[in-house]
Amino acid sequence: MRPVRVVTGSMAPLDRGDIDTDQIMPKQFLKRIERTGFGQFVFHDWRAQPDFVLNDERYAGASVLVTGPNFGCGSSREHAPWGLQQYGFEAIVAPSFADIFRGNCATVGLLCVELAPGPVERLIELARRDPAARLRIDLPRQTLEARGSDAPGGPALVREAFSVDAFTKRLLLEGLDEIALTLVDDRAIAGYEQRRPDWLPTTG
Amino acid sequence: MTDAPRTIAEKIWDRHVVRRRQGEPDLLYVDLHLVHEVTSPQAFEGLRLAGRGVRRPDLTLATMDHNVPTTDRRLPVADELSARQMDALAANCAQFGVRLFDRGSDRQGIVHMIGPEQGLTQPGMTIVCGDSHTSTHGAFGALAFGIGTSQVEHVLAAQTLSQSRPGLMAVEVDGELPLGVTAKDLILRVVAEIGTDGGAGHVIEYRGEAVGSLSMEGRMTVCNMSIEAGARAGLVAPDETTFAYLKGRPRAPQGAAWDAALEDWRGLVTDEGARFDRVVRLDASMFEPTVTWGTTPAMSAPVTGRVPRPEDTRDPEQARRALAYMGLAGGEAVTDIRIDRVFLGSCTNARIEDLRAAAEIVAGGRVADDVRAMVVPGSYPVKLQAESEGLHEVFTAAGFEWREPGCSMCLGMNPDILAPGERCASTSNRNFEGRQGRGGRTHLVSPEMAAAAALAGRFVDCRGAR
Repeated sequence: MRPVRVVTGSMAPLDRGDIDTDQIMPKQFLKRIERTGFGQFVFHDWRAQPDFVLNDERYAGASVLVTGPNFGCGSSREHAPWGLQQYGFEAIVAPSFADIFRGNCATVGLLCVELAPGPVERLIELARRDPAARLRIDLPRQTLEARGSDAPGGPALVREAFSVDAFTKRLLLEGLDEIALTLVDDRAIAGYEQRRPDWLPTTG
Repeated sequence: MTDAPRTIAEKIWDRHVVRRRQGEPDLLYVDLHLVHEVTSPQAFEGLRLAGRGVRRPDLTLATMDHNVPTTDRRLPVADELSARQMDALAANCAQFGVRLFDRGSDRQGIVHMIGPEQGLTQPGMTIVCGDSHTSTHGAFGALAFGIGTSQVEHVLAAQTLSQSRPGLMAVEVDGELPLGVTAKDLILRVVAEIGTDGGAGHVIEYRGEAVGSLSMEGRMTVCNMSIEAGARAGLVAPDETTFAYLKGRPRAPQGAAWDAALEDWRGLVTDEGARFDRVVRLDASMFEPTVTWGTTPAMSAPVTGRVPRPEDTRDPEQARRALAYMGLAGGEAVTDIRIDRVFLGSCTNARIEDLRAAAEIVAGGRVADDVRAMVVPGSYPVKLQAESEGLHEVFTAAGFEWREPGCSMCLGMNPDILAPGERCASTSNRNFEGRQGRGGRTHLVSPEMAAAAALAGRFVDCRGAR
C-alpha cells in the first residue's frame, strides 16, 4: 500500500445517505479475479443517468468524494474501495461510514474522513457552487480545509479537525503491510494455538 | 478483571486475544475461516506474490455459491467469467491445500449454510468470511463477522485478524410471536426500528422470550440480517436448542469431547449485571408479517398496512427516491402491490424449515398466471432433505421451478436476475437498487409471505393463506 499523508484536490458532491456497495460496484463486475481495472465500473448503473454527478465534466478529476451518512453499507466487497480508488478518489468525506467498508478502505489506503453532518453539508454546498474549490486533507495534523477557486491562498471557507484511530493513521502514513506486521508475532500466534481446546473442529 | 460481569460477546472476544497492545486493535485468533469464489482470488494471489502459505488449511473451508448456475449442475458453466472465477477457486484450494465443496459436491451450498450443516459452526468460536452475511453464524453463540479481501488474505496467512473492540448492544424482544409471524418479520422490524446504521460499531446480542423460542433456523435468519442494521455481528446465547441442533453433526465433538465442549458452552451466557452500551426493547406480540417497500431493508410496512407517503417518513427525500425506483406512489395498501417474480432462497431463508413452511402454504395451490416463481435451496443437503420429504413435488405441482443450490437471485451474479421493472417477492436480505438485476424491484418477505404472494399474484397476509 502506498503511504497516505496529504490529499489535495477538488470535490465531487454526492448528497445521498445509505449508499451501499452494490451501487458503488455492481455485482456483475465482481467476477474479475484481478485487483485492478475496477475504476471504470464505479457507480455503473447510476452513471447511466445523464445528470449523475460523475457525468458532470466540472467534477471530472475530483480526488475527494463528499457524501451522505452510512456510506459503503451492505456487502463486504473490497471491489468497492478498489473501484473508488482506481477511479481517482483518494479520500471520502461523510458523516459516517459502514464498518466493513471503512476497514477495507484502511487496508487499501483510501482515506475515510468522518465529519459532523453540518460541515459535510457545507462542503457539498461549496462543491456545488464552486466545482473547482480546493480541498486539503492533512492526515498527520488531522485537519481538513476547503478554499474557493478564486482565492486558493486565501482563508479557508471550511476548516475542520477530524479524528482517526491511531493504528489506522499509522498504517496509512507508513503504508504498512499489516500481514507482515502481524507475522512478527508468529510466536504469540503459535503459543495461542497450543492453548486452544482440543474439541474445536477442523475442516480437514 | 475476568471476574467482572461480562456479555457473551466479551467472553468470546477475551478468549481469542492473541496480542494486546496499548493504542492498537487486538489481534484475534480465528477458529474458522469460510471462503467462496468471489472475494478470495485476489487474496490467494496476494499470498503467491508475497511467497506466503495458508497457515491453517485445517481451519479453512471453501465452497462455490455466488456464481453457480442453479440449473443442471452437470452442464458446464456458460458464463466465461463465472467459470473462470470458480476454476480459480478450485486451483487455489488445490495449491494451498484448502478443502473445497465444489459444484459437484453433495455438501456444496451457500457459504453460510455449510458451516452449521457440518457442525463446524459452534458456540464460542470466532468465524470470519469475505461476506457480510457471516453474522448468520452468531445464531450459535459464535462471534462471526464479514471481512474484505485484504483481510481474507490476512487470515489465510496468519489465522488472526486485528480488530478494535466493538460496542455492545442488546436487542431484547419480549413476548411471543403471533402465529404466522416469523423470524424474518422479527428482524425486519428490528432493522426498521434501529435503522440501517443503528448497530454500527456494535455487536448485537438478541435476547428475550421471542428470540429464545426461535429454532436454530429462525435464529440464523435473525443474525443473518444484523448487517442490514449496520452491526459488526449479531449473536444469540447458546442453549438446549443449540446443543440439540449440533449433536451428531459430522464435525460436532463426540463422546468425552462433547461433554467437555458442552460444559464450556453452558458458560457462554451474559452475566447478571453485565453492561451493554445500548439496549433496545421490542414487544413481539405486536409484530405482523412484514413487506419492505423501499430500497433499504429498514423501509418496511406490515402486510395489513400501507406504503407510507414520503412526507410521513423520517427522510422524505430518501423515501421519494426509493418509491420512484420501486414504481410506487406511496399510500397504497401493501396488498394492492402486484408481483411478477418470487424468489424463495438465500442464506437468509433457504433452510429446510423455510421450505417446509412455504410448502405448507403452496400445497394444493397454483402459482398465479404471469408470475414466475422459483425455489433455490440453500445447500445440497437441504435440497436432498426437501426431496426426501416430497417438498419439491409440492412446489413443482404448483408451478414453482425447483432449482439447484446457490446464492442465485439474492444478488444475481449467476443467470438468475430480474428484468428492468420486474417486481419480486424475495426471501433474501437486500432490496438495494439493482440488487437482483438492474432496474429490478425487490420486496423482502418471509418464506410464508413469498409463497402466499406467488399464489395470489400480489401480497396477501399469509395468515389467511394457510
